[in-house]
Amino acid sequence: MKIAFTAKGTKWDSMMDPRFGRTKFILIYDEEKDELTTFDNRSIEGEAHGAGPKTAQKLFELNPDILITGNGPGGNAATVLEKTGMEIYIGAGETTIKEAFQAYKKDGLKKF
Amino acid sequence: MKIAIASGKGGTGKTTLSTNLAAYLAEHEEVVLVDLDVEEPNSGLFIKGDLVHTEEKFKMTPEWIEDKCSLCGICQEVCNFHALIQLGTQIMVFPELCHGCYACSELCPTNALPMTPKKMGNLKHFQIGNLSFVESRLDIGEEQAVPLISQTQKYIEKHFQKNTIKLFDSPPGTSCPVIEATKDANFVILVTEPTPFGLHDLSLAVDTIRELKKNFGVVINRFGIGNNDVIDYCKKEKIPILAKIPNSRKAAELYSHGALIYNEIPEIKQQLENIKNYILKLGERGRR
Repeated sequence: MKIAFTAKGTKWDSMMDPRFGRTKFILIYDEEKDELTTFDNRSIEGEAHGAGPKTAQKLFELNPDILITGNGPGGNAATVLEKTGMEIYIGAGETTIKEAFQAYKKDGLKKF
Repeated sequence: MKIAIASGKGGTGKTTLSTNLAAYLAEHEEVVLVDLDVEEPNSGLFIKGDLVHTEEKFKMTPEWIEDKCSLCGICQEVCNFHALIQLGTQIMVFPELCHGCYACSELCPTNALPMTPKKMGNLKHFQIGNLSFVESRLDIGEEQAVPLISQTQKYIEKHFQKNTIKLFDSPPGTSCPVIEATKDANFVILVTEPTPFGLHDLSLAVDTIRELKKNFGVVINRFGIGNNDVIDYCKKEKIPILAKIPNSRKAAELYSHGALIYNEIPEIKQQLENIKNYILKLGERGRR
């Protein structure tokens, strides 16, 4: 399973980014390889419009099975993510990546 | 003569000034009042006239034709607003994000993105004596005010004489809709209230209007509350204060009933007279 997180940093103990479209980083944890890779999304700060669909498009390319985020994607981004078929879990905006992952494993997050 | 009435801060009295000034000027002049606050037009609460014309307004957005598309990706590269994105073998279009610039449509090598009309709102034109009143209203769910503001101004351009006094009741704030509503004006009236909040947002509005290189002046509404900082600021910045509309409970009561206030409160009528003289002088100077 590949699991994506919206994050403010690039480490397991970095904080989650509660925002979807304007998240600073996207972290992908590959469970089989036990490997955490990062994707820098900070260029989105310069975009006045359409951050949601743009970030959703990146996720489409990264193609994880699961997305864990905070507030949840907005309407436009959700339309894109729907096409990808990935499962989305929300409500992990105020924790570290590690805590968000543990909460997901314990079924502690809300499905979007 | 085009005069935009703007403010920075919301609730300072743009509509109160616009409607009263329009009605007052229309006692002797040909006037059209245009409500460009298309997200929440409310001049119509105070100006009642006969509906003479109504039309639906459309904005143009691209529609993706799958069979024609070569999936080259040019469209998503040229779109500044990410209103269309490529997902594998599919192009998704988000009409709400589209600014109708035609770039994707024009640059598509296979004509797979024809622009098609999408309804965004309605325009209504009323008449009462010398006063014409035009308001546009954005449909619920539409996110962009600018295309409707722009089309409303085109309507005014087409249907009114050059010497008609045109008053544009603008949206609050300092973002794109305000710029669209004020950019063609010969003069901008910034309405403020004499409070710290009023001054803060006035200074933002002044920065915006200066950036647009517009001639402008300030009207202080609810004069008598707050402090003197707005006056000091205008002095320091050499901004003319066209009028000080006194704070008045009676004005608020009339307003709450959807009535015009200037005929009931002589002090306010006097302030409108000051603005009128200023505007008419500007008009003369413009003709010379």
